[in-house]
Amino acid sequence: MKHLLDTQALAHRDALAILDTAEEMTAVSSREVKKLPTLRGRTVVNLFFEDSTRTRISFEAAAKRLSADVMNFSAKGSSVSKGESLKDTVQTLDAMGADAIVIRHSASGAAAQLAASDWTDAAVVNAGDGTHEHPTQALLDALTLRRGWSRAHGENPRGRNLAGMRVLIVGDIVHSRVARSNVWLLRTLGAEVHLAAPATLLPYGAETWPVTIHYSLDEALREAPDAVMMLRVQAERMGGAFFPTAAEYTRRWGLTDERLALVEQLRLGATDSPALILHPGPMNRGVEISAAAADSPQSRILDQVAHGVAVRMAVLHLLLSQRQPDGSLDE
Amino acid sequence: MSEPTTARLAVQPAPGPHYLIRGASILGGAPEDLVVRDGIIASVGAAETAPQDQAPLETIDASGLIALPGMVDLHVHLREPGREDAETVETGSRAAAKGGFTAVHAMANSSPVADTAGVVEQVHRLGQQAGWTEVYPVGAITRGLQGKVLAELGAMAESSAQVRMFSDDGHCVTNAQLMRRAMEYVKTIDGFVAQHAQDADLTGWDTDHAAQMNEGKVSATLGLPGWPAVAEEAIIARDVLLADYVGARIHICHVSTKGSVEIIRWAKQRGIQVTAEVTPHHLLLTDELVRSYDPVYKVNPPLRTEADTQALREALAEGVIDVIGTDHAPHPEQAKECEWNQAAMGMTGLETALPAVQHAMINTGLIDWQRFAEITSTRPAEIYGHTHQGRPIAAGEPANIILVDADASTTIHPETHATKGRNSPFRGVELPGQVRHTFLGGVPVMLNSQLTGPRSAGGAA
Repeated sequence: MKHLLDTQALAHRDALAILDTAEEMTAVSSREVKKLPTLRGRTVVNLFFEDSTRTRISFEAAAKRLSADVMNFSAKGSSVSKGESLKDTVQTLDAMGADAIVIRHSASGAAAQLAASDWTDAAVVNAGDGTHEHPTQALLDALTLRRGWSRAHGENPRGRNLAGMRVLIVGDIVHSRVARSNVWLLRTLGAEVHLAAPATLLPYGAETWPVTIHYSLDEALREAPDAVMMLRVQAERMGGAFFPTAAEYTRRWGLTDERLALVEQLRLGATDSPALILHPGPMNRGVEISAAAADSPQSRILDQVAHGVAVRMAVLHLLLSQRQPDGSLDE
Repeated sequence: MSEPTTARLAVQPAPGPHYLIRGASILGGAPEDLVVRDGIIASVGAAETAPQDQAPLETIDASGLIALPGMVDLHVHLREPGREDAETVETGSRAAAKGGFTAVHAMANSSPVADTAGVVEQVHRLGQQAGWTEVYPVGAITRGLQGKVLAELGAMAESSAQVRMFSDDGHCVTNAQLMRRAMEYVKTIDGFVAQHAQDADLTGWDTDHAAQMNEGKVSATLGLPGWPAVAEEAIIARDVLLADYVGARIHICHVSTKGSVEIIRWAKQRGIQVTAEVTPHHLLLTDELVRSYDPVYKVNPPLRTEADTQALREALAEGVIDVIGTDHAPHPEQAKECEWNQAAMGMTGLETALPAVQHAMINTGLIDWQRFAEITSTRPAEIYGHTHQGRPIAAGEPANIILVDADASTTIHPETHATKGRNSPFRGVELPGQVRHTFLGGVPVMLNSQLTGPRSAGGAA
C-alpha cells in the first residue's frame, strides 16, 4: 500500500491489516505514555483546504503518538486564498520534506490527482475529497462495528471481517463521502449494506451499487439491521431543493425517539446485545438524530472518535514504516 | 443577397509550381494521377493524358495514399482575440492544416465575444493572413453569449466576414422565445443557428454544483455532480419542434447521447430541417476515463457511456448524424493541471480527428472512405453553404485535397502538435491513419506531414 485514497480499491487483506494494526494502536492510546517511536524523524503534513477541526486534530494526534513531526497547512490565511495552485502548494510542501501528506479538499479526486502526479513522492492519505470518499472515516466505522460485533459474540476481533453484519446507512447519501467509503469497505469486509434516503439524496446510478435501497426508514428498520449509521444533513440541503423542510426530513428519515424505541429492540446477530447506533459527526441533534438516540447506551459515537485516532495511527504507520524517502517501499 | 461563397473568399490562383500527384486512390478507389494547376484540379487520370502546357510539374508520389476532399470543421475554438495564451488564429490554422482541414469555423466565445461585425472581421482577416486553412468566424446568437438579447446578426452577415453560422456554443440558448426569434431572424439572412444543447438548470449551470461529468454509474461512485443525458435531449427536442414550427434550419452541435440520436432521427423522418454533429472524442471515449480524475478528460458535453458511443457511431454511419465537428478546444497547461472541478472543459482535436474517426468508423467497417468524405467535408460544406469546399475530386474543381496514409499508425504526442493546446485525450494512444499532404486551393500547405508554408494572402488580404 503506497497511498490511501479510497476504499473502493482497498483490498480485503489491506483493510484487515489496517484494522488489526488499529487494535494494537488502541492499546497505545489507553496507556499512560501514549507514544510510540516508530515515525521519529518523519514529517506528516496535514494539508486542509476545507475546515474540519475534528479530522485534522485526529490526524495530528495520530501522527504525534507515532512521534512524527506534524505540520498543519490550512487553506485559510495561506497562499491558496491568494490563488496558488494545488500543484505549487504540494511542490512547496514536498520541498520541505513531507513524508506523508494528509489532504482534505472540497474537490472530489484531489487526493487521487496528488498521488498520480509527479509533484511529490510523499504518501498521500485522503482525509475527505469533495463528495467522493473519506476512507479513514469508513475504517474507523468498521473498527467500531467489528469491536461491537466481536464483543457481543465473545470473540477476538483480530483477523475477522464483518461477515454476518447488516448495516443501515441513513440520510444524505448523494453528498456524502462517508457513505461512499462505507459502502465499498463494508462490502469488501463481507457486511450487507442497506441505504435509506429520500430519492433526491441518492445518487443517480446508486441502483448499480451492491446495496439494498429503501425510501422509507421504517421499512429499512424492519429488516433488522445490526447497526444504524445516521448521516449529517447539511444545512444548505434544507432549503427545499432536496426535501421540503427539516421537519419533514426528521419525521420521515430522522432517528426520532419513536424510532429509537424500535432500534432498542434490535440485536447484534443472534446475541442479546443491542444493535449499534453510529454517526460520523458533527450531529444535528433534533434533525437526523434525536438527543435521546445520540446519548443512548447503544450509541457508539464517542467510540468512533477514539477509534479515529487508532485507525489513523495504523494508516500512517503502515504507509510510512516500510517507506524509503524516495517513495519506494521496502520488500 | 450575398454573392456565392467562392467569390467572397477570393481564392487566388496559386503562382509557381503546379503539381502532379501520382497514383492516389480517390476516396479509396483505384489509383489515379491528379494534376493540380492554378488552384484547380486540371485533370484526373493517367498523367500522360493531362493537358500539357509550359508550366513545370512537381511530382508527388501518392502511391498507397488515399485522396480525400480537404476536411471542413464546423466547430473549433481558436481563442483569438483574448486568449492568445491558449491558441491564436495562426497556431490553430497550422493545426488545421496538419490535421487535413482546409476550412474551419471559429466559435464566438472569444474575448471580446464575436458578437459584432468588428470582431468577426478581425478573426476573418487573421485567418486570411495566416493562410494555412480557411477560417470562417461563427457569430454569437446573443450579445456577449449572455442569452438575453440578440447580437447584431445582420451586421455580422453583411460584414466582410459574411457570417452565415451563428452559435452561442459553450452556452445553450436556454430561453425558448429567444431561440425561436434567433431561428426566424437568421433564416432571413440566409444563415443558420447552431445550438449547444444543455439545459442550464438540469446541469446546475452557474451554481456551485455545476455538472462535472456524465451522470450515471461512474459519477455516482466518483462523487462528481452529474450532467444528465436528458439535459441535452430536452433542448434538442424543444429546438427541433421550434425549427419545425418556424420553418427554419437548426444545427445541433456535439451530439453526445443515444437519446439525442433518437430525437434527431424522429425529426428527420418528420422532414424537420435539422443537421447534427458529433465529435471524434464522443465516438471513442467514455466516462470510465474520468475515474482517473485527470482533467484532460473533462469536456462539455461530457464523455458518455459505451452505449452512447455505439449509438453515435451507428447514427453517423446511417446519416442521422451528418458531420464530424472536432470542438477543438485548446487550453493552457494550468487550466488542466488543477482540481477536476476547477479545470477548464475541452480537448484539442484538429490534429487527431482523422486518426480518431478512422479508428472508430473505418477500421470497424462501419463506413468507407466515400462516407468519410461526406461526414468530414461534403456535408459540413453544404450545411454552411460553401461552394468551393467539400467538392468532388474531379477535373475543374478547386484543389482542396488531402492525401492520407491509412496504413500508417501513430502514437499521439501532443508536444509535437501545432496547436498550443497540449490537452489531447489521446496522449500516448496509438491511432491509425496519417494525413501526409494538404492542398489548400492548390497550394501544398503540408507535405510529408510537415507544414511547408501558408498560402499567400495575396490580393485577398
